[in-house]
Amino acid sequence: MIPTEFDYHAPESVDEALRLLAGAGDEAKLLAGGQSLLPVMRLRMAAPEVVIDLGRIEALRGVRDDGESIVIGAMTPHFEVVESALVHEHALVLSEAAATVADPQVRHRGTFGGALAHADPAGDMPAPVLALGGELVIQGPGGQRTVAAADFFEDYFTTALGEDEILTEIRIPKHTGWGGHYEKFTRVAQQWSIVAVAAAVRAEGGSITEARVALTNMGSVPIRATAVEQALAGTPADADSVRAAVAAVAEGTSPPSDINGDADYRRHLAAVLTRRAVLAASGA
Amino acid sequence: MSVKPWRRRVGEFMSRISVTVDGVSYQDDVEPRTLLVHYLREQLGKTGTVVGCDTSNCGACTVHLDGRSVKSCSLLAVQTDGHEVTTIEGLSTDGELHPMQKAFHENHALQCGFCTPGMIMQSIDFVQDNPSPSDEEVRHGLEGNLCRCTGYQNIVKAVQAAASATAAGTEGGAR
Amino acid sequence: MTAVDERTTGETPQLEVGAARHRKEDQRLITGRTRWTDNMSLPGMLHMAMVRSPFAHARISSVDVDEAKRSPGVVAVITGSDLADVQGTLPNVWTITPEQKTPAHPSIAVDTVRFAGEIVACVVARTPAAARDAVELVDVDYDELPVVLDTVEALKDETLIHPDIGTNQSAHLVMDHQTESSVGDVDAVIEAARTDGIVFERRYEQQRLIPSFMEPRSMICDPTGEQTVLWSSTQIPHILRVLLAMSLGIPESKLRVIAPDVGGGFGGKLQVTPEEFITVLVARRLGKPCKYTETRSESLMAAHHGRAQHQKITLAARKDGTVTGLKAELIADMGAYLSLLGGGTPKLGAFMFNGIYKFDAYRFDLRTVFTNTAWTDAYRGAGRPEATFAIERIMDDFAHELGMDPLELRAKNWITHEEFPFTSVAGLEYDSGNYEAATAKAKELFGYDELRREQERRRADNDQVQLGIGVSTFTEMCGLAPSRTLGALAYAAGGWEHASIRMLPTGTVEVVTGVTPHGQGHETAWSQIVADRLGVPFENVEVLHGDTQIAHKGLDTYGSRSLVVGGIAVVKAVEKVIEKATVVAAHMLEASPGDIEFAEGRFSVRGTDQSKTLAEVAWAAFDAHDLPDGVEPSLDADAAFDPDTFSYPHGTHLCAVDVDTETGEVTIAKYVCVDDIGKVINPMIVEGQVHGGLVQGISQALFEEAVYDESGTLVTGSFVDYLVPSAPDLPHLTTDRTETPATTNELGVKGVGEAGTIASTPAVVNAVVDALRPWGVDDVPMPCSPHRVWQAVQGRSVGERTVTQPVNPETMQTDGSSGQLPTGDATGGDDR
Repeated sequence: MIPTEFDYHAPESVDEALRLLAGAGDEAKLLAGGQSLLPVMRLRMAAPEVVIDLGRIEALRGVRDDGESIVIGAMTPHFEVVESALVHEHALVLSEAAATVADPQVRHRGTFGGALAHADPAGDMPAPVLALGGELVIQGPGGQRTVAAADFFEDYFTTALGEDEILTEIRIPKHTGWGGHYEKFTRVAQQWSIVAVAAAVRAEGGSITEARVALTNMGSVPIRATAVEQALAGTPADADSVRAAVAAVAEGTSPPSDINGDADYRRHLAAVLTRRAVLAASGA
Repeated sequence: MSVKPWRRRVGEFMSRISVTVDGVSYQDDVEPRTLLVHYLREQLGKTGTVVGCDTSNCGACTVHLDGRSVKSCSLLAVQTDGHEVTTIEGLSTDGELHPMQKAFHENHALQCGFCTPGMIMQSIDFVQDNPSPSDEEVRHGLEGNLCRCTGYQNIVKAVQAAASATAAGTEGGAR
Repeated sequence: MTAVDERTTGETPQLEVGAARHRKEDQRLITGRTRWTDNMSLPGMLHMAMVRSPFAHARISSVDVDEAKRSPGVVAVITGSDLADVQGTLPNVWTITPEQKTPAHPSIAVDTVRFAGEIVACVVARTPAAARDAVELVDVDYDELPVVLDTVEALKDETLIHPDIGTNQSAHLVMDHQTESSVGDVDAVIEAARTDGIVFERRYEQQRLIPSFMEPRSMICDPTGEQTVLWSSTQIPHILRVLLAMSLGIPESKLRVIAPDVGGGFGGKLQVTPEEFITVLVARRLGKPCKYTETRSESLMAAHHGRAQHQKITLAARKDGTVTGLKAELIADMGAYLSLLGGGTPKLGAFMFNGIYKFDAYRFDLRTVFTNTAWTDAYRGAGRPEATFAIERIMDDFAHELGMDPLELRAKNWITHEEFPFTSVAGLEYDSGNYEAATAKAKELFGYDELRREQERRRADNDQVQLGIGVSTFTEMCGLAPSRTLGALAYAAGGWEHASIRMLPTGTVEVVTGVTPHGQGHETAWSQIVADRLGVPFENVEVLHGDTQIAHKGLDTYGSRSLVVGGIAVVKAVEKVIEKATVVAAHMLEASPGDIEFAEGRFSVRGTDQSKTLAEVAWAAFDAHDLPDGVEPSLDADAAFDPDTFSYPHGTHLCAVDVDTETGEVTIAKYVCVDDIGKVINPMIVEGQVHGGLVQGISQALFEEAVYDESGTLVTGSFVDYLVPSAPDLPHLTTDRTETPATTNELGVKGVGEAGTIASTPAVVNAVVDALRPWGVDDVPMPCSPHRVWQAVQGRSVGERTVTQPVNPETMQTDGSSGQLPTGDATGGDDR
């Protein structure tokens, strides 16, 4: 199937992209890797009149060390996130999660920032960014602002990103020496997550000292499990202790019910997967 | 303030691109909405690359863009301007089949053959990074490609055979 | 198995049949030089796109095409009213009972749409994009009607899908069988068992599936020549031509149908489709070549679906586990219209519910019912997977009830190898088989006893991951079909097959076959058969097919029939060539034809060293300078072969699954099958067919289901939701064979295309249920998704179905204690 007609621009700088965006208003769509946008345009579920392709803005691509944080350009494709030694060292759970996105071809094109801006509740990038306390750097006509991941995801496919703004990079506080694991549950490999859990854990002497946990597809936005994080602190890294600490992880969540499972099942899965993710992340 | 649209506007909703496909340079006018796979099939006549779905699940349209596998149904032709595309039709050199093509043939890794171009292109990309893969690694490397005929078992076998043939060839060359 | 490489000619002859020849058809497929229908373009060709109903049931109050017609590049917009006088009705060729109701099926809906996806208009434009753009400009007004999605609900006849026929039931077919030794009919046998034996009832669901061939359907019609030519990605070019002629009133001689490279079918392209009719009608109306290629979404929505059957099975047995009676009561969902085979597809199961077992009495009771869903028809196995599933599931359940090993129960009841030929209770004569041998081999490969011990250990340890072992010992009827049998079953055509051999003057050979491969490797296998029989090199045999102008007669490819029927036709044609050539050779050698022997491509005079090669004889027939009087200058021969009977592959499949009782996730830990398909032409191709078949059956058990929401919209409308597994979702498969040649054909072959699919589904589900027996679980509906398995472990109702297959508590309850079917008397059909 073929998308509807649109006008296409491929700016080479963020400023140029912002000007184009300002000119086109709400008729425009930003094209990052296109791995979600182009399929919905082919199905004619989206029909923008203007497409602004960010693919030629070199400045938006790459991973760099910025002292306390690592900084990932919004247009960095998933496979570069997976292959990045910096991400692996300082944000292991992110590295693992990126490796589970869709399939290799999609990971070659799909981008880290694109996945965050798309904000699919079943997408795999938001939860680890939320767990690690990431910050999203946004450029707009009025300059640059930074939004914490906790404030960025507002609803299904809805973020704090304004219509005239562009997500340029994501800052991830270093979690050097932390274990990390992304536990993703699907029925077939290329499926979107039914439920998934991102966990980053600092463990010492068989005990968890600190934990960061966030859930994928347990509601309209990724959910940070702060109560569970607190319960995990000081817990021995063994199955029974962790099971007890994470038991209430799904409390208060409103996960979807669909052909892959009802809300009860998802709540149950969330607890099981959290335990598994935490144990794996703590090296147990 | 000057905001230039991408490349020269040829007419309403047309853009000019320069792209190298299977070693040949092309300059063409395309509608921005033209998907790479439609450009290949309809404008270049490269019908070896096929369309099997509309949600980028099946992988039948897989080609290489600058040496990495991508799904040509989820890419606009205009996005390939200045880049290099390789399709199933550009694999064999001087009538010699690519080792992966040969391995698919010898291991009966295809039946109806519709998924085969995409499967071969993805397999080549995969063994670049995994020169001696396990059964499980091959399966994961092909997670974005659907086949309805083979049950995948002979495809896995073929990819492993091609990988070891390539490794053996490389060693031989080094001696 | 060793692969044979391209052999040089002139070496000591080695038989081609039995060798793992690499396929000749691969070269174009691995290099992208394919001829899929959508790859072709004709001068002046126009492109079509369909306007499809978003509603499952609605009256069309108006169709406004004005704006669409004004859209750039649009040539025409055609509605149902435009074609009402010429489109006739799409054909159904199987009237399964004399009283069957077969409603009209227009290609473009005229006044009513009956499923979401039905075509209401067709746009023709200069480019595919222009056609697609204009689809959105066609303005259709619909008045929505109530929707009926389940057959049990439909049988109440509260909302009629086709008011003109007055009911949603298309047919009610009952077939009763009993052996001479039976105490009476199945009711009598069941009654006897109630007093002095065991009666065991179960209900199973065959979920709705979508064949999901990888190549979306595509068709081009060129009306510009003397003959109208239709290229279509079809399994059945010959049948399509006959039915296009009959349905549209075009003289058959004015039609040519070509199936070029076809990318899979699995029964899904065994259809005569609205899209094909529309393409032909529109192209002829406009006088221009027209192409239509569906999108995947359209394919999932509107190409026919498969399975979709409620099953109620009653088994009667003696206390020792000897089975005596079997009753299969089925309600099959036809969707909104009767498809090409329609009720014939579930009817194909009528002979197979008894499987490999010796029953005294058997009844098959089938209702075919309309709903507001996509039409259903053949999907790999067609009728036989449903039957095999039911009998193999209930045998496992019954074994559990008796506390017996499921293989032991089967062995107690199956036909032993000394008993062949054996006439089954359904009246089929099974010619050959050895269930003991296949089972023994499978058990050994599987490590059955060891895995049973492992299962015990995990149960004792209350392991979170439980092991389940599932068994399926199946047989199937292949080689569709003896024409007389088809006639007796009221199918409209025969089941013979045709072949021609063309001896070319230089000694190479063209084989023309009436079957139409779409991935099966016939070009290679037929070449192997002919190479051996004519003594010519494999490379010198060319196999031609799929074009009614070249292969002018045939009945195409489905039902594992190609080799068993089409392959034998090739053998018969070869025999005629040799017979004709013997006369010419005898003349050349100045001997009597009775003294000529033919072996390895050479005609020799017995007891001398005088001989002529086939090539020399072919040339002599070509130059025709010196042929015996009255002998025609041609060695070519035609043969049409009609089998006397079906063939009966069988096998034993064993599956071990790990069931994570915490998440419900099922992982196949081991799959072993030993199939007996008789003689094998090419073991490599056979293995490939088994792999692919197994995976489709496994996929029914674990992954696939077409789901509608309550308004009749297909929820699984793309590959995002309709789960076709990819490589990491599947296990390594261990396949092996035993070989009991068929006694009913010259090659000793039985057919292999559907075996894996038929056998594997119950093996997997039996394994899942077996793992959960300690929880008191006796069924998990397919697909056995993690959610459903988890529910089973939780002891919750797992009878909760998606809306296509709801279990009506009053009529289809799962305990089976009452269980009258909703309408009529379950024992009183109209086709005894």
